[in-house]
Amino acid sequence: MHMADALLSPAVGGTLWAASAGTIAWCSARMRRELDDRKVPLMGVLGAFVFAAQMINFTIPATGSSGHLGGGLLLAILLGPHAAFLTIASVLFIQALFFADGGLLALGCNIFNLGVFPAFLAYPLVYRPLAGRHPGQARLVLAAVVAAVTALQLGAFAVVVETTASGISALPFAGFLLLMQPIHLAIGIIEGLATAAVIAFVVRARPELVTAALAGRPAEQLPLRGMLAGFALAALLLGGVVSWFASEHPDGLEWSIARLTGETELPQPAGRLHGTLAEVQEKVAVLPDYTLRPGPAAEPAGRAGTSLAGVVGGLATLALCALCGLLLKKRPRRG
Amino acid sequence: MLAIDGNLLDFKRLDLLALKESPVHRLDPRAKVLTTLVFILCVVSFDRYELAALLPFALYPVVLLALGDLPAGYIARKVAVVLPFAVMVGLFNPLFDRQVLLQLGPLDIWGGWLSCLSIVVRALLTAAAAIVLVAITGFPAICEALERLGMPRVFAVQLLFLYRYIFVLADEGGRVARARQLRACGTKGLGLRHFGPLVGHLLLRTWERAERVHMAMLARGFAGEVHTRRQGRFGAAEGAFLLGWGSLFVALRLYNLPHLLGQLLTGN
Repeated sequence: MHMADALLSPAVGGTLWAASAGTIAWCSARMRRELDDRKVPLMGVLGAFVFAAQMINFTIPATGSSGHLGGGLLLAILLGPHAAFLTIASVLFIQALFFADGGLLALGCNIFNLGVFPAFLAYPLVYRPLAGRHPGQARLVLAAVVAAVTALQLGAFAVVVETTASGISALPFAGFLLLMQPIHLAIGIIEGLATAAVIAFVVRARPELVTAALAGRPAEQLPLRGMLAGFALAALLLGGVVSWFASEHPDGLEWSIARLTGETELPQPAGRLHGTLAEVQEKVAVLPDYTLRPGPAAEPAGRAGTSLAGVVGGLATLALCALCGLLLKKRPRRG
Repeated sequence: MLAIDGNLLDFKRLDLLALKESPVHRLDPRAKVLTTLVFILCVVSFDRYELAALLPFALYPVVLLALGDLPAGYIARKVAVVLPFAVMVGLFNPLFDRQVLLQLGPLDIWGGWLSCLSIVVRALLTAAAAIVLVAITGFPAICEALERLGMPRVFAVQLLFLYRYIFVLADEGGRVARARQLRACGTKGLGLRHFGPLVGHLLLRTWERAERVHMAMLARGFAGEVHTRRQGRFGAAEGAFLLGWGSLFVALRLYNLPHLLGQLLTGN
């Protein structure tokens, strides 16, 4: 599930952009050091392969609807975590630009949700220990399904956290979670089965492709400690963002209390942290409480007038925009 | 079956739009990328209930559409396709957020409806900005701009490679799917049992293609670096474009233009 610009706040979007850009820079530096220039065309062509494979739909067992391969786990198994992460990121980049899938600000979230979890968590920590070196059919299917489910559950959870932290959608955290996790459980199982089907075929046809990928990267090369520190940092950042927005969240509530009591602001809780946050917010917010604070003329008639002005003005603005477009449009030349 | 080819044609059409010749096509890609980022940041930074103040932002994609001589209907269709996820999540807002925020005559409007509409407008604006950016710049130029703005070279090369082979492999994937469908004699679905070998073969052919590409690159003197031609410079026109639009966006973010206009028109 792609995160969308429309549901993101700049703080959450920016944080995850920074996290994803950092991971891309780290993986790029590593690929440069690795000096395996065979990987350069391989990554590019396999990224294109994911696009092509996504065009081929298969029937989901026992339902009759159809699905397609996501490809994250498959890439991690074939390329190893770092190259796979860069490849997934590049695929998402093209999807964001050509299909506006999610959008440019949400790209950071999507690379994090769909790239980091399969490449750096599900593959090294779930798939490899479960599958071992020479997995049989059953073990391969088990490892792929568990890994894909892990990656997608984490990804779906991240979407919920990002959406709630942004505070644009009114969906409550628990409700959204209950909606997303079961859907992604199903998607994860299917993704795992499809990945296992493809890998099983490759193991039969050209086993050296899969075993070479395994042999090239012994487990201790993954800097687990550094990764954990990175995740802790991301969690801290996210936590900071969430608490920030939690302090801003009662805007609707604030408004209804204003209607009841005639006061515009809740009495501030005396906590120091809250005070500091509110201060920062006051400084950063360009027009604090701009749309919601009922002005002195908050009687119903006044408000109706204001909303009418908003609607009329909005329509007039759109008409002006369209007019600009028509005026600037090149006339088709005669002849 | 036609859907696959249709998708690919759609993709190619957007790609070809970047080859047009117009004042906005000629601008340095960095100016366009940065302006688009400012645009998106301004749009998403609005309060969740804001609706009217978002509307003037439509000016940016509309003006570029007109100056770049892009087909409006096609771009509009591409933008509409992206709505589902945002709208699906947005539609829950009216269920959870039922306080009356606006009154239009006898009509009470819940905050949830406002924020839902706001999400739809945000989705339309940000998607339009991204697609118009590709249509007036082209993918290789965007990669080049990002690289000159600090994106790692390895990732830029990866993006260019991917872009180069998408069309080749998507054609191949389409042929595979079509061939299977023609031989399937009316059976609709493709089971997982056959999906593995079908996609697996595609994967093996892809892998072999990568090996051939690598050998061809070695034969042409590849030593771990891909050299691309750099063109364009950040001149006065680019500066004016970035500063002009950027300050307009910030102004529109600070002042609610439709509101002021409406007050003027209705005399309130």
